[in-house]
Amino acid sequence: MTEPFPYLTVLVLTPAVGAAAVALIPRRGVAGWVHQAVGVAVSAVTLAVAVAVAIRFNAGSGSYQLTSNHVWAKTLGIHWFLGIDGISLFLVLLTVVLFPLAFLGARAKRDPRSFVAWVLLLEAACLGSFVSLDLVLFFLFFELTLVPSYFLIGGWGFARRGYAALKFFIYTFAGSAFLLVGIVSIAFIHRAQTGVLTFELPALMHTHLSGTAGVLLFLAFTAAFAVKAPIFPFHTWSPDAYAESPTAAAVLLAGIMAKIGTYGIIRFDLNLFPQATRTLAPILLTLAVIGILYGAVVACAQRDLKRLVAFSSLAQMGFIVLGTFALTAQGISGGVLMMVNHGLIIAALFFLIGWIYERRRTWHTSELKGLQAAAPVMAGVFTVVMLASIGVPGLNGFVGEFLVLVGTFVVHRWWALAALVGVIIAALYLLWAYQQVFHGTPTAEDAKTRDLAWTERLVIAPLIILIVFIGVYPKPVLDRITPSVDHLIAHVDQVTGVRPPAVTLSRTALPVRVSGSDRATGGAR
Amino acid sequence: MDRLLVGASAATLHTPHIDYLSILPVLIMLGGAVLLVTVSSLVRPVLKVGAGTAVASATSVAALVAALFQWHEVSVHGARVTVAGAVAYDGFSVFVQMVVAIAMLLTALIGDGYLRREGVEGPEFHVLAMLSASGAMLMGSANDLIVIFLGLEILSIALYVLAAFNHKRAESGEAALKYFVLGGFSSAVFVYGIALVYGATGSTNLPQIADYLANNVVASNGVLLAGIALLLVGFGFKVAAVPFHMWSPDVYQGSPSPVTGFMAAIAKAGAFAALLRVFVSSFSTVRADWQPIVWGLAILSLVVGAVVALAQRDVKRMMAYSSINHAGFILLGVQAATDRGVAASLYYLFTYMFLVIGTFGVITVLARDGDTGHQIGDYRGLARRQPVLALAFATLLLAQAGAPFTTGFLAKFEVLSAAADAHSYALAVIAMLSAAVAAFFYLRLAVVMFSPVGPVGDRSGAEPLGAGSAAGSPSGVPHGSPEPAGTAPATGAAPGDEPGGSGAALALLTDGPPSEEVASRRVRVPLLTTASIGLCVAFTVVFGIIPAPIVDFANHATLLFK
Repeated sequence: MTEPFPYLTVLVLTPAVGAAAVALIPRRGVAGWVHQAVGVAVSAVTLAVAVAVAIRFNAGSGSYQLTSNHVWAKTLGIHWFLGIDGISLFLVLLTVVLFPLAFLGARAKRDPRSFVAWVLLLEAACLGSFVSLDLVLFFLFFELTLVPSYFLIGGWGFARRGYAALKFFIYTFAGSAFLLVGIVSIAFIHRAQTGVLTFELPALMHTHLSGTAGVLLFLAFTAAFAVKAPIFPFHTWSPDAYAESPTAAAVLLAGIMAKIGTYGIIRFDLNLFPQATRTLAPILLTLAVIGILYGAVVACAQRDLKRLVAFSSLAQMGFIVLGTFALTAQGISGGVLMMVNHGLIIAALFFLIGWIYERRRTWHTSELKGLQAAAPVMAGVFTVVMLASIGVPGLNGFVGEFLVLVGTFVVHRWWALAALVGVIIAALYLLWAYQQVFHGTPTAEDAKTRDLAWTERLVIAPLIILIVFIGVYPKPVLDRITPSVDHLIAHVDQVTGVRPPAVTLSRTALPVRVSGSDRATGGAR
Repeated sequence: MDRLLVGASAATLHTPHIDYLSILPVLIMLGGAVLLVTVSSLVRPVLKVGAGTAVASATSVAALVAALFQWHEVSVHGARVTVAGAVAYDGFSVFVQMVVAIAMLLTALIGDGYLRREGVEGPEFHVLAMLSASGAMLMGSANDLIVIFLGLEILSIALYVLAAFNHKRAESGEAALKYFVLGGFSSAVFVYGIALVYGATGSTNLPQIADYLANNVVASNGVLLAGIALLLVGFGFKVAAVPFHMWSPDVYQGSPSPVTGFMAAIAKAGAFAALLRVFVSSFSTVRADWQPIVWGLAILSLVVGAVVALAQRDVKRMMAYSSINHAGFILLGVQAATDRGVAASLYYLFTYMFLVIGTFGVITVLARDGDTGHQIGDYRGLARRQPVLALAFATLLLAQAGAPFTTGFLAKFEVLSAAADAHSYALAVIAMLSAAVAAFFYLRLAVVMFSPVGPVGDRSGAEPLGAGSAAGSPSGVPHGSPEPAGTAPATGAAPGDEPGGSGAALALLTDGPPSEEVASRRVRVPLLTTASIGLCVAFTVVFGIIPAPIVDFANHATLLFK
């Protein structure tokens, strides 16, 4: 059922071709804005393609759509196999929204040609990771994200960029070493059973794995995803990488690339190793909760805004993992939604922090004071984003967090309660930081801080709109996520022979925000 | 051999029928060498470098064309043995001939610029390289242990001389002596291994050994096992597998740079080809005995190669250890002892040949006169001085690290597949972890190249690179900030960082700034060298994105392998 028009192939190749094109534009004699403009244009075209994909997407179906499957290397069993479902759709949309904003909101001051080329290559790699349904193809894109992000951090980062870039690369590379061995192993186990060497996810899903093999393979896959996400205790690269990254790279690294890790868990771990996932879920749940609490506590201790956001990101990623390994429809739907939400929120936060830095050359909360007076719009925007991050109802953060907690609570009560503490600490450190930076009497220097320029407002506006929109009306998003999640849960249940308790949430108790989730419950039953 | 003995008793010597087509590339390569050396000794003035390059290139191309013709011929008529069963004529042998012929061509092109720069006159470089290439080719098609030994010696003796041919370099002489002494020793071990295997099986002919082992149960196989072990030592030395690698860092460092790349490519190609043929086909019935040993060699090579490379400051030495790590990967394919393993090893050899020759091509052109200046610090700021060359080098390094959409990744993927197919999961995991360690030193070099030259700044605050104000950063030039990556000044670190943990890594990253002379130096890249490096990079990237042709090629080579 190959689609007449290969939307997804075009989606992936557009930025890749754009990257090559930018690299070919001569550097001398061409103004920097030309490269920049090409970058924006290419990412805008990619956005248009993704919108077309979203329009063609059939909301009711939980299976892979718009698939295109071509043999890429026959003897190796590798296919160019792309497809999209409700889980990946919104991650793709998140990607195509954040990339043009990254170009507009955080321009490279130096060597824009290389910068734009690397960023576009990164976009291609991220999109490729989200739509690949062949394990090796996924791995290729997964690894490919490392190269441009390595050069972005190393080339345009802050003082300790070389160290941060290398640490980031080596950690992730070591994690994916296990992933590659895992991928190859499951393919050969599958070949031993069926005689066909293939890396296609839908085929490998039906591989029969012994308990030990399943657990080992699960660990191999999860090692890579846990580093990428990151999940505590594999997170040590991330504060350094986020803090030393230039703003654009921080936005993309935390906003999108981190999601490849959690996406990989949902897409591959749950599909390929349902039994092992269920067996080991308590361990991952525990790590997730530790991550939530540890990230929150360490964030409280940060006086550096960028590191604060980096650790808050660790806590948020913990929520996503928590929802995923609850293995309930709400939990996973919440996890997926939270990936999108967190992507939007952290992107907005890194943009804002980047702009504060551009004005004041510092991220240190003690050196900033009373910016509210000088930059009211910035303060307002920061408030909205911060509240969304805390999880205030009416903003997008709440919906995801709520679903995750509900989905976890019904099966793992104590973990959910512990995670709840993390929510409270999150409110503490964010409000604290906000007070220090925006409240109080500004010093002379603080008073001179410029407010957001119109270009910056233009960049942040789409994010705020999406944050509010998903917060108020998450139904269109959840409607598309839930069929795929139900599909996944059904597969997990069928293989493991366990049915999780379903929760019914009455509409009256929670009028708007869970309108999608009772659908989810219905589907799981 | 039987016929020879029979002939002797009848007092008439029957020479075996020789199918000249089957050894045509070897003959062409040998012929080119002989022609060149003859002509140069006949003409009065010393032959120009260009003449040698022309002859060597033409010879390589001719050998390659002959090999392509052979490929077609073998595909149509099937594999066979010739020259009284001493030479195999199959896809495997033709594949190796092609690899060696291409390696020779690339090296001839890189060597041209090197010889001109170093002012070395005469055709010796090309003559010796062609001789040694013919030896590697012979090893690929050898079907008899004695012929393998002949090929090994032709390959090695020429390489010993090549390592020392630049008489202006003292360290070259040292390297050559070391290579010669240890190489001679390993050859002796290898011959003794042949003798023991002959004693145990009654033949040196590979198919006959295989037949003997398949049809007889050796009750007391001590002699056979000792022979196998000694052969493995001999091969291990040639491919520089740990613990037989001791020579390689010194020799790689000391040899003239183009020779190092050539040596790494063809010594590995020839020795691995013979290793695969002997062990996977002849000794396949006793594989349970040798597989664990190869398993151990593979792990040691992988780990030692990757870890020790971290401590190297000299790029050529680092590449020597990297090459040991690669040998470990190829041993993964050998250890699997399956068709898939052989195909994976062949693919690895083929792609590695481009990677290593291209890498040493870049190292060659970047060297200062006298082939010095190979410290990591000398590469600082390369991206600023010569962005294209730096990008090519970075591509080759990343491919060696196994970056996606390069042949380097596919090669690792293939050997991993072979290992997984053979259920060697632990080996596969260790291999990939070693690749992660190896990525560190490849990237360290890339970091250095892409960092600016200048005094180690002690600038306070985390100033973003080139953020508008960075003085002296002309637009369009990468890395305008005078702050080398990785040398994070303590004052620049944000509060809350843990400097202790990063200290060790930073120490590895910190290499003193190069001298002024290096910092401002733009090297001229000769046209032929550019072509050669360009070919290597193009091959690496294009066939990384479109893998099918080369993968199928390597697979086809093993379908004919018998």
